[in-house]
Amino acid sequence: MAEVKLMKGNEVIAETAIRCGCDGYFGYPITPQSEVMETLMLRKPWEETGMVVLQAESELAAINMVYGGASCGKKVMTSSSSPGISLKQEGITYIAGAELPCLVVDVMRGGPGLGTIQPSQSDYFQATKGGGHGDYHLIVLAPASVQEMSDFVVLGFELAFKYRNPAMVLADGVIGQMMEKVVLPDYTPRWTEEEIEKMSGDWALTGKKNRQHHIITSLELEAPRQEVFNEKLQRKYREIEANEVRYEALYCEDADYIFVAYGSCARICQKSIQLAREEGIKVGLLRPITLYPFPTQPISDLCSKVKGFLSVEMSAGQMVEDVRLAVDGRVKVDFYGRMGGVVPTPEEIVVALKNKFKI
Amino acid sequence: MAKFRGAVVVDTEHCKGCSLCVVACPTKVLDLHPNVNGKGYHYAYMKNPEACIGCASCGLVCPDSVITVYKKNVE
Amino acid sequence: MELTDIIKEENLVLKKSKLLTDNVMHYCPGCTHGVVHKLIAEVIEELNIQDQTIGVSPVGCSVFAYNYIDIDWAEAAHGRAPAVATAISRLHPEKYVFTYQGDGDLASIGCAEIMHACNRGENIVVVFINNAIYGMTGGQMAPTTLLGQVTSTTPYGRDAKLNGFPMKITELLAQLDGTCYVTRQSADTPAAVRKTKNALKKAFQNTRRQKGVSFVEVVGTCNSGWKMSPVDANKWMREHMFEKYPLGDIKDI
Repeated sequence: MAEVKLMKGNEVIAETAIRCGCDGYFGYPITPQSEVMETLMLRKPWEETGMVVLQAESELAAINMVYGGASCGKKVMTSSSSPGISLKQEGITYIAGAELPCLVVDVMRGGPGLGTIQPSQSDYFQATKGGGHGDYHLIVLAPASVQEMSDFVVLGFELAFKYRNPAMVLADGVIGQMMEKVVLPDYTPRWTEEEIEKMSGDWALTGKKNRQHHIITSLELEAPRQEVFNEKLQRKYREIEANEVRYEALYCEDADYIFVAYGSCARICQKSIQLAREEGIKVGLLRPITLYPFPTQPISDLCSKVKGFLSVEMSAGQMVEDVRLAVDGRVKVDFYGRMGGVVPTPEEIVVALKNKFKI
Repeated sequence: MAKFRGAVVVDTEHCKGCSLCVVACPTKVLDLHPNVNGKGYHYAYMKNPEACIGCASCGLVCPDSVITVYKKNVE
Repeated sequence: MELTDIIKEENLVLKKSKLLTDNVMHYCPGCTHGVVHKLIAEVIEELNIQDQTIGVSPVGCSVFAYNYIDIDWAEAAHGRAPAVATAISRLHPEKYVFTYQGDGDLASIGCAEIMHACNRGENIVVVFINNAIYGMTGGQMAPTTLLGQVTSTTPYGRDAKLNGFPMKITELLAQLDGTCYVTRQSADTPAAVRKTKNALKKAFQNTRRQKGVSFVEVVGTCNSGWKMSPVDANKWMREHMFEKYPLGDIKDI
């Protein structure tokens, strides 16, 4: 019988990391996600599973430690919040360029600049469109509950290793800070050296013995060869887009209007749907779970049945661009958002729906 | 008469003619050849092979590891 | 006696290390990197730790170090090699992990990473090549560039008012409790090469002592950047660099 616990989203990230056999966590404190490293330090997993936990001198160092750990075929991760994730972009693009698997958790806060420590979703572009330099993508998972904070640590690592690609859990301050009941996964042992050899033995740094030496790098000075590599990356992204789209559709069957929202906004929209339906307005929710790959087709499929889409975000309108691309002008797409750490209420979202669609 | 005789073999195609070996040689064995290799470098060679004592100084300072040194006791 | 009588396997005293690959080094003629690469390869070969050694190469001229020494390598972002090595070493405590970094990489952009790796006492070896200039990008000023030294970004010579002072990062790192062996060597003469090799060997052997970072600075030349012949560059280095960057052990515990 699984044990149900009441935990904070950030604590769950740490607890799940230990339980899923994570080899190393490298972080730097930043609000609103500092509980991740605090929980790890309190738990002392090095005594339990052998997991390494290290407070780095900066986000730059932390992400490059992740690069080093991932180079060895180890299951390594970091977590941060928006300004820290900006600093980590250098390492993230190197990790993507060297095709290394790892997990990055971003508990978003409001920006730009130092911004606010309150929750936000204004790093959608940064997370889904690359973030750092060069043509690359992260696999981006957006949890909407504390339970998904746990589930997506496991899933994030799974997808990262499946595609040798960095994965990101893109949460926001609400999900990171709120407490909910959660069922934690059972303990999975850390991979043994033999298991790493079996899984990643053709590329990981394990020490050169009876084979060609392995080199982890993202450098290629010859343009045609770099293009060939870029084409390979793009093929990988097409494969991810074909196989890994995840979303949740609620009340869409009879809906005239669809909220598109992820993370905590999706939770708020569920209440808005209830309020709207009490007024006779049939609204559904399409919640992207993977922000990259984006659920373009499911949104496209709804176009023939609905009158419009409202993208609800804690941003100035970022995901709405992907909704518009999916809808491609067939029905009206509009946006409602709050910024700077302000969380929208269910009521104001219903008002926005009525105003924008003249209901 | 030296107790040892040495010999230096230079991988002339990979020598870059930096001449660090030439100045490192205590017995002035080496020099750069008037000819050039495939890359256009004047490569090192034993101009005075009889003077070589096999001390390997040339090989120690060579940045490109193109020098192999042999040494024979002749006493 | 004919040369053919001398050139025999039993008379061999020096040959290319088996751990150096057949790739022709891209370095300019006379570059110190080549000598230090060779010494690292020889030390790893002599200690018989090829299968237990992981190198971390920097950004700079020696970014391609991984093409020349036949061990597993990670190529790090500019300045971040100590962070990369930290994780590798922590996750593989039984391995010999080293970074290979130039002065721009280590003393400028990577100043925080090297300071904190040294301060944490990571069980790694750091090989630091100080040639007082940025080689790869075309001879710009480095933190270690001497006062008055002409580079492409100090065309009138380094001026303390404008550019600050040459940085003795090795002395700074020796102050940190996490370093166990800090030394400065050169590779310009056969004797200096032997000493540098001994220092490198000691540094790698220290890995088993688990006492912290072993830091080997090699004062070197960048004859292209300095716009001198390799022989003149060595001479200039002895006349100018050694005064600011004196050779010898700074710390050995």
